Amino acid sequence: MRRIKIIEEKIFVFLSAFMTYSLILVLMFIIGVVFVKGFNALNPDMILKTPRGGYYYGGEGGVLNAIAGSLYIAVGATLIAIFIGLPAALYINVQLIRHRKTQNTIRYFLDALWGIPSIVYGAFGFTLMLFFGMNASLLAGIITVALLISPIMVRTFDEVLSTIPRGLYEASLALGSTRTETAFKVIFRQGFPGFITAVLLSFGRGIGDAASVLFTAGYTDNVPVNLDEPAATLPLAIFFQLGSPIPEVRERAFASAVILTLIILLLSFSARFMAKKYSRTNLR
Amino acid sequence: MSPLTPTDSNVLTVSHLNVYAGDHHILRDINLEIPSNRITVLLGPSGCGKTTLLKCMNKLTDLYKELKVSGNIYIGNDDILNTTHNIPAIRQKMGLLSQRPYPLPVSIYKNVAYGLKIKGIRDRKLIDFSVEKHLREVGLWDEVKNRLNAPATSLSIGQQQRLCLARGLAVKPAIILADEPTSALDPISSKIIEHLFREMKRHYTIVLVTHVLRQAIRLADHVIFMCDGRIVEQGSPSDLFSHPQSDELRAYLIDGN
Ligand SMILES: Nc1ncnc2c1ncn2[C@@H]1O[C@H](COP(=O)(O)OP(=O)(O)OP(=O)(O)O)[C@@H](O)[C@H]1O
Ligand SMILES: [Mg+2]
Repeated sequence: MRRIKIIEEKIFVFLSAFMTYSLILVLMFIIGVVFVKGFNALNPDMILKTPRGGYYYGGEGGVLNAIAGSLYIAVGATLIAIFIGLPAALYINVQLIRHRKTQNTIRYFLDALWGIPSIVYGAFGFTLMLFFGMNASLLAGIITVALLISPIMVRTFDEVLSTIPRGLYEASLALGSTRTETAFKVIFRQGFPGFITAVLLSFGRGIGDAASVLFTAGYTDNVPVNLDEPAATLPLAIFFQLGSPIPEVRERAFASAVILTLIILLLSFSARFMAKKYSRTNLR
Repeated sequence: MSPLTPTDSNVLTVSHLNVYAGDHHILRDINLEIPSNRITVLLGPSGCGKTTLLKCMNKLTDLYKELKVSGNIYIGNDDILNTTHNIPAIRQKMGLLSQRPYPLPVSIYKNVAYGLKIKGIRDRKLIDFSVEKHLREVGLWDEVKNRLNAPATSLSIGQQQRLCLARGLAVKPAIILADEPTSALDPISSKIIEHLFREMKRHYTIVLVTHVLRQAIRLADHVIFMCDGRIVEQGSPSDLFSHPQSDELRAYLIDGN
């Protein structure tokens, strides 16, 4: 009996360790392949130049247009999503505190929104765009991506706020601080690491998504300077270049993928770093 | 019972206090006086409304929209219950010590300095002085003087509770409201808190909720026994503990021992 239990335990430990490490291995493998394939095309021009004439046939240039477009769209959408997400999360946690059912219904809907494939958001954004007589543009892309990431923002903010104990709020008020002081000096401070994680998570989702910007942001070889101009994005730049019959261009697709991956890795590392730095003082 | 009126030796007077949550009558016609520079112990079975009573005293009931509060609570001649004027100043008259410590998410130093900064005090020397003074007051200074900038959460739970006490004392309250302040603590930390309370009587008035009967016997100068939202008996500990008049208190004393 005892023997069997021990063997069982060992098998399970082995299995879970195996799964964990194979996941990490797969991740390394993906990054490795992309790096190797894109390595030859990686040069300063890639990030410093926009496509010149004949770029898509192997000519000179880079994907600065897509880097800039992606950053513009992700930053814009993230800002909008913060403005939607923070009040919404506060509403769910403060105003609805006695309404468990409503809270849970709202959370359920937000989770459902979170799960909707981004192409659906793309199609919706496209419809919206036509309805308002807009063209594929930076603005349309920003709005669509904002819609895509808002549920993520609200839910992660919401998670953060719901873990802040009520006693902390009361302790701060009992010391004679006003509600505003409590909100900014205590609640915001306590939630800060979580907020950063939420923002960067949403940003990462926004910058990496192709389907939502496919019809709404359009594509251009220029760095957009106005909201009503079309904007290129990295995921689409990868998509177009990868479809080329010319090997050098396909190589550049991988180089672009490296750039996108680096941006996202950089983000998640800084998120971890900041969250760690600021959670040192936090109540657990 | 006729409405109580404030007197000199009583810092706080509660009169005809009623609290409802919907149909639930949580506090029923509470009339009591809190004698100054004494430890008043609130006793009663779980759910009888002790915490709610404390929350009325520093107006934390304002946060609970579902609670309907009526009656009067006087500090001096001011009815603090029925005013919306300068609520932070009213709350500063009362230090709150809750069941488990809630240190603010900042350093040890900033926890104690927080209340002073809220009051608008900017003088660095004054703040330093006050932080040291109150940390000494709760016997924490020697333990933390070398790591004042460490996060408050790095302290043990017992130390955190004393830090919360120091933080409350720094805003110069007249009354300490302590809601089962030792229930999350180890025996030694509990003893320290009890000792502090006995010392603090000289300068403060203390209202203590506790479920530990022995602690009540050790500390109480005045006892209020509640049951089901009502005050059943109140008076000196010797009277209440040796000669309980009501069946409820008798039962409570037997169960508690
Ligand atoms: N915000 C609220 N809404 C509804 N009911 C409440 C609320 N706050 C307290 N109550 C109810 O009031 C009663 C008294 O609660 P309270 O927390 O004051 O009891 P207590 O004496 O402190 O109990 P314990 O010893 O367990 O801490 C309980 O029945 C509780 O359910
Ligand atoms: Mg209680």
